[in-house]
Amino acid sequence: MRSIEAIRADFPILQREINGAPLVYLDNAATSQKPLAVLRAMDDYYRLHNANVHRGVHTLSEEATALYEGARGRIARFINAPSSKQIIFTRNATEAVNLVAYSWGMATLKPGDEVLITQMEHHANVVPWQLITQRTGATLRYVPLDAQGTLRLDLLDTLLTERTKLFAFVAMSNVLGAINPTAELVARAHSVGALALVDGAQSVPHLPVDVQQLNCDFLVFSGHKMCGPTGSGVLYGRRDLLEAMPPFMGGGDMIREVRLEGSRWNTLPWKFEAGTPAIAEIIGLGAAVDYLADLGMDWVAQREHELVRAATERLSRVEGLRILGPGIEQRGGVVAFTLGEIHPHDIAAILDADGVAIRAGHHCAQPIHDFYGIPASARASFAFYNTFEEIDRLVLALDKVHAVLGM
Amino acid sequence: MDALYREAILDHYKYPRHKGHLDSPDITHFDHNPFCGDEITLELKIEDGVVTQAAFDGRGCAISQASASMMTEEIIGKSLEELKGWSKEDILELLGIEIGPVRLKCALLPLKALKAGVWGIEDADA
Repeated sequence: MRSIEAIRADFPILQREINGAPLVYLDNAATSQKPLAVLRAMDDYYRLHNANVHRGVHTLSEEATALYEGARGRIARFINAPSSKQIIFTRNATEAVNLVAYSWGMATLKPGDEVLITQMEHHANVVPWQLITQRTGATLRYVPLDAQGTLRLDLLDTLLTERTKLFAFVAMSNVLGAINPTAELVARAHSVGALALVDGAQSVPHLPVDVQQLNCDFLVFSGHKMCGPTGSGVLYGRRDLLEAMPPFMGGGDMIREVRLEGSRWNTLPWKFEAGTPAIAEIIGLGAAVDYLADLGMDWVAQREHELVRAATERLSRVEGLRILGPGIEQRGGVVAFTLGEIHPHDIAAILDADGVAIRAGHHCAQPIHDFYGIPASARASFAFYNTFEEIDRLVLALDKVHAVLGM
Repeated sequence: MDALYREAILDHYKYPRHKGHLDSPDITHFDHNPFCGDEITLELKIEDGVVTQAAFDGRGCAISQASASMMTEEIIGKSLEELKGWSKEDILELLGIEIGPVRLKCALLPLKALKAGVWGIEDADA
């Protein structure tokens, strides 16, 4: 294994200073930093191969298409998808959820049907289902949280019924850090005949994910949280479902033929990719999964587990600090917390003065904050390139918050 | 940060002036910023078109709460007509800090409540 120093050298931005101090980047759950391999892949594409995909017969177009489709194959292997035809490129995980909601949901759901989600979902896996159940007359139900910030799985027997058509849930919470028993939840959904959609926005970047082992029907994730560029996202879907689903957006590239009296759709995966896609970004995401695969996702998960273990131990000794969510055994690399009555925006602003970047707010998960009766929280989230020294810097900066704002 | 959390702002945050409620206020206005959870309720007593008493209650970040405290000090004795003409520059002058676009919403929440209150606009939904 390469040293952490060597790995950090792959990420140019980690050399930056913020307000005169070396950057400590602990906002990885919002977006990760990008290694040189990703930047170079995109730069090379624009410098050497730039052309539209699937259209031209000229050399550049063939090169661009090969790079774009090559990325699809690498991403399919990264999550062990049976076929690259099951990898649909979207802008982000949010668009992937919307694709399923508008395509599958609008065609399938009817009054009396139920969609089950959880109280720990990101808004991306809440609002599309609110919109679609309102439109179709279906009912949206929620798995509530328990006091530890984990799902009330004891209620699944009542919540999952033959009326449930889809169970859509997050594999790892972006606030609580809670890692859900994904394969078990998929099996529970299947046992009542429901489909299972897994929000992998936090799990795919940080844990080994194998869609065949999970046996999920849909998996969504965002490239920019896993060392890739913004504007690159993925929907993985079961092939027979994707084949049967109507298109989400219409336009060029998603059609086989267009006549004035009607059109016929392209085959998978292009049926769902209308218009010129984010070619450079997808090529960048292909480089990102190569980078992560070289590190090894088992190593990434282990490294981040050690970091978050150290962080929770040290943070729990900070006066007035309360960590949201479950214990270390069920936690990924996310630690959201409150600090007495001090508003998270003040915490984040004072930390920023020392070069420590954390998130403050509701992290697009207001139902979790409602559960705790708080408007917002501060959140430190880790990536494999973070160090134990950076956790020390975080804790020192939190002491300064007390010194500045303490009553 | 030192510029943002200058002494006067910390003083108003830790020891807010006019925090609480008035007996039968003539104007009451609640406003909030759902993005960060800042909340302000502003109460005014008015005589002959002039603010004679002001109070605020709320919770939120140091900038929003200090801004409310400083503003209540400043508006007592001012006419409603004058307050209708207040702008963000008046508040930023009170705060005496350079403020970025994200925190500007925090700083201006009390002014929003004041303007809506004196113009007689309905409360923001809670």
